[in-house]
Amino acid sequence: MVFAVATLQNLFAAVMLFGIMSFLAAAVFVTLDAVDVAFTEASVGAGISTILMLATLALTSSRQRDLPKIKLVPFAAAVFTGWALIYATFDLPRVGDPQAPAHRHVAPRYLSSSGEEIGIPNVVTSVLASYRGYDTLGEVTVIFTAGIGVLCLLGANLPSSRGAKRRK
Amino acid sequence: MQHHVVLRVVSKLLIPMILLFALYVQFHGDYGPGGGFQAGVIFGAGFILYGIVFGLDTVQQVMSPKAMRMLAACGLLLYGLVGVAGPLLGANFLDYRVLLDNPVSGQHLGISLIELGVGMTVAAVMVSLFYAFARRR
Repeated sequence: MVFAVATLQNLFAAVMLFGIMSFLAAAVFVTLDAVDVAFTEASVGAGISTILMLATLALTSSRQRDLPKIKLVPFAAAVFTGWALIYATFDLPRVGDPQAPAHRHVAPRYLSSSGEEIGIPNVVTSVLASYRGYDTLGEVTVIFTAGIGVLCLLGANLPSSRGAKRRK
Repeated sequence: MQHHVVLRVVSKLLIPMILLFALYVQFHGDYGPGGGFQAGVIFGAGFILYGIVFGLDTVQQVMSPKAMRMLAACGLLLYGLVGVAGPLLGANFLDYRVLLDNPVSGQHLGISLIELGVGMTVAAVMVSLFYAFARRR
């Protein structure tokens, strides 16, 4: 599917394949018991990104004009980086390994004491909003700043009457 | 899209449910999967669907672009103010335990408020992006 997205000239089909891939990724997250992440992937990856990409296609064209030729050096760099990333995954602990560093640092404390300290059944929310509230503040700031940046680039501050004239 | 009767009727039925589901995800995030990010995106998707089917001018009568930008800023501001309330009441930044007399209730209140802020910002930014894309057409 990834190769299809990379080689397709019909960008509309590529966007649809992106959406399908996001849904498959969401299904993978569900099988890994990460329902919150799956929810986010399904709504953001498959929902909003697809809509925004379709909106972009409506502004430009739904066909790529000519497929660029494969250049040797960037292709080799991409293959090497991919190989290095796959090689690094061999060092990761197995999925669900109780001895993994992620499960031995602060996670046991969160799991054991968030019931008394915060009293919310969903520990993901407790960690996201309370224990790691500062990180979430950063994330919201990133979304806000990114949105403002895109609005500035697209010229959203035009008076709406001018926009209406241009539409006609 | 004014002449697509099926789309108009189906989306008229679906949009209230989408918005209601977004509110459910927002306020049920403490108990099940969900939270501000997901709720904001779903809420924004409801607005975007309305805008696609009924036209940009109709949806902008509901929420003008300026109001959306204000909402985005207000969400982040709400998050920040809840964070600053901690130091004002003699605790650390983003420490919700001091918001109410009972530390656990304080945590509940703080988490609900910041999730609301997250949802407002995410929904408003998504809809603003859609407005910006759609207006250039």
